[in-house]
Amino acid sequence: MIDKTHSLILIAVMAGITMLLRFLPYFIFSKRTPKAVLYLGNVLPYSLVAMLLVYCLKRTNFMSGSHGIPEIISVALVFLLHTWKHNTLLSVLCGTVCYRFWCSLYFN
Amino acid sequence: MNKTTVKAAFKASLPVMAGYTVLGMGFGVLLALKGYSFWWAILMCVTIFAGSMQYVGVNLLASGASIISTAIMTIMVNARHLFYGISMLKQYKDMGWRKWYAFFGLTDETYSIVSLNPDLPEGADRRDFNFLLTLMNQCYWIIGGFLGALLTNIISFNSAGIDFSMTALFVVIFVEQWEKTRCHIPIYLGLGVSIVCLFIFGADNFLIPSMIGISAGLFIFRKRIEEVQEND
Repeated sequence: MIDKTHSLILIAVMAGITMLLRFLPYFIFSKRTPKAVLYLGNVLPYSLVAMLLVYCLKRTNFMSGSHGIPEIISVALVFLLHTWKHNTLLSVLCGTVCYRFWCSLYFN
Repeated sequence: MNKTTVKAAFKASLPVMAGYTVLGMGFGVLLALKGYSFWWAILMCVTIFAGSMQYVGVNLLASGASIISTAIMTIMVNARHLFYGISMLKQYKDMGWRKWYAFFGLTDETYSIVSLNPDLPEGADRRDFNFLLTLMNQCYWIIGGFLGALLTNIISFNSAGIDFSMTALFVVIFVEQWEKTRCHIPIYLGLGVSIVCLFIFGADNFLIPSMIGISAGLFIFRKRIEEVQEND
């Protein structure tokens, strides 16, 4: 049985803290932003997108199963395609189709 | 909000559409399997709007976790959003009422697109663009969550691998960033520190040490980075 009240409280906690994390920098720095924070805000996107990329691929198993081959090939395809054509939709679409194709080879 | 801006935002949101709908559906299915109706899925997609947190949240709800452990878990999983807020301070500050929603909706994907400061067509308003892009992305997410929870027992559609579109989007943004600047130290740092931390701390715990390491690295190399950036 679902405890509705407790579930609602937990959702409020998750929502509240997530919001706080997203608003906090604004609350603290909107009046006066120290130079160090401006610098960080300026360069962080470059580092964080790289981190998110690693985050997306963190479960890739290079040692067994598919040995990460679908991931490697698809990421390489997106990389090359985008360097060449610079069309976001095309790159994402082809990469995803390619990934599904390679996965179906390994897991069906 | 003019038509040009709406169009531009919609176009920018397209790569997110498939990924959010499918990931949202995955969340909806998991939640429904624990006995929650689709109203719960919608409630969570509207108020929390954070992908991995909602997946973790399913288990927290189902196991009747305590408030304290839920709070700690949320901080651990979502700490990176602090950094998104820092990066968007300058751009979002002048957005008026829109900034509240824009900050609220700073997910990984929205952040990676808006922080790139993409070129907009003539006549488009960047403040409206940021706002609309966030809103459209959240709509995809809510629709996905709703459909997943509603159709749990009906879906036979094989969605395996569609979530790769999110990875592909990050690769695309990675390439765009790489070409946008000559200063690649922050990118190397992001990649290097994250990979090292992934090996040391494992897949479930590497984000927070990575963020600490990246920040430390960015300050260690601050002089060099700022030198190269000035010549950009």
